[in-house]
Amino acid sequence: MSNIHLVESNDPLATPWHVALIRPDQRPSARESEERYVTAFPHLIVREVILFQLVVIALSLTAIFFDAPLESIANPVETPNPAKAPWYFLGLQELLHYFPPVVAGVLLPGLVVIALLVIPYARINLEAGPLWNAEWRWKFAIITSIVAALTILFAAFQCWPVVIPTMLIGSAALASKRGRPRWLWEVTLPEWIMTWFVVVATTLTLIGTFFRGPGWSWVWPWTAVPRA
Amino acid sequence: MTAGEWIRTTSVYRSVIRHGVEPTNRNRSLIIFENLFLHVHPVKVREKTLRFTHTFWLGAITTASTIILFVTGILLMFYYHPSVPQAYRDMKELQYVVDNGVFLRNLHRWAAHLMVISAFLHMLRVFYHRAYRPPRQFNWVIGVTLLIITLGLSYTGYLLPWDQLAFWGVSVGTNMVKQAPLIGEKIRFFLLGGNIVSENALLRFYVLHCVVLPVVLIFLLSVHIWRVRKDGGVQGPPEHDPSPEGNSFDSLLPAGREKGLTGGGDSSS
Repeated sequence: MSNIHLVESNDPLATPWHVALIRPDQRPSARESEERYVTAFPHLIVREVILFQLVVIALSLTAIFFDAPLESIANPVETPNPAKAPWYFLGLQELLHYFPPVVAGVLLPGLVVIALLVIPYARINLEAGPLWNAEWRWKFAIITSIVAALTILFAAFQCWPVVIPTMLIGSAALASKRGRPRWLWEVTLPEWIMTWFVVVATTLTLIGTFFRGPGWSWVWPWTAVPRA
Repeated sequence: MTAGEWIRTTSVYRSVIRHGVEPTNRNRSLIIFENLFLHVHPVKVREKTLRFTHTFWLGAITTASTIILFVTGILLMFYYHPSVPQAYRDMKELQYVVDNGVFLRNLHRWAAHLMVISAFLHMLRVFYHRAYRPPRQFNWVIGVTLLIITLGLSYTGYLLPWDQLAFWGVSVGTNMVKQAPLIGEKIRFFLLGGNIVSENALLRFYVLHCVVLPVVLIFLLSVHIWRVRKDGGVQGPPEHDPSPEGNSFDSLLPAGREKGLTGGGDSSS
């Protein structure tokens, strides 16, 4: 039982009793902690104050040099083309271009929110072992099928901004089985999924923000769009 | 004796700030736990949590932009009427009449964008550091809720200038809500106070933006930050530990109690 470390002084008068509950699923190894502690004041508080000041300075400079947009007064009969949502919803609006509104506006964002909420309760996220362990054949087959299925599904709707990142991230996940480079091999399945989500969301948002013009047609950001 | 030193000897000052100024550990402790606002921090923090790469300070940046948004938002409320067409005229007043009105509105706008971005990056940081794992599961859920509230705040504020950008941005978004099966139309009517974006919608978004959502935000943000401490302090990058989560004596004790007086690991904003 060398992995049990008792307190150095086991004097029963100084420390009258020791009670340790040892459960079968929890190895009784006390973590050797050589952690250095510092007082929150001033070490943490001063850093927080400096950070707050930096945020104020950065935002003030931005506010001096860049004006918030203000267009003409709202006119319900004059629809701008394109009418765009705020930038953080332009990924969803870009999806509207490919999918029926109930899918792009309700189903997909609903699934994203549910997926985010259940992360800490899903076993897959808690184990966090490397993807390619002993049972790799099964995993390889399943992941290949899922990536292929997603690719075909989104390709059927001609949703290339999702298809391309799906293929890229999927191939990278499968290629990581080679074991080189090491850090790529260590990426867990939840991390692959989250990375896929972030890349897809970023791609869609960037396209919706910078590459969409009248009638939601493709425009290049450097092409001047004549204002309606 | 300098003026500052003299002030600290007065009975009024001593009634407000009870501890001394000498840099003793006792005073440093008192500074934290005799202050309502600071005592969300533990008295001592793990030194490595102060490193930049531990959290990238993303939660703190989000909190900082929240504070800036509250201050600038309240100032903007002094000049704003949630009615048509006065709302838009108030934008012009800010532009041409109010001292630093443009700066005030710009600051509010850019701080709002920063809050959305840093909250999202904060979520990614927590995910990749696996900081959602026990005992922090519920704080992750609160965090996701806070992100949704942040988007709600930004979105309701988007309508308030009542320009073309605001009107059509909100029209597009609320048309998406309409697509929800069964309740979509009802939710949209409830949000807009009508079937189209109108003066009723402006008033509802104003109340949501200035009262309802900020109150919910303060409530949940307080729980969020408080739980960071109760769950054992900020969790940085996962350590390559051969015995993973739950295999030490620590896990047999209530979370955040293992360091006695300091109340567990450390804290953050």
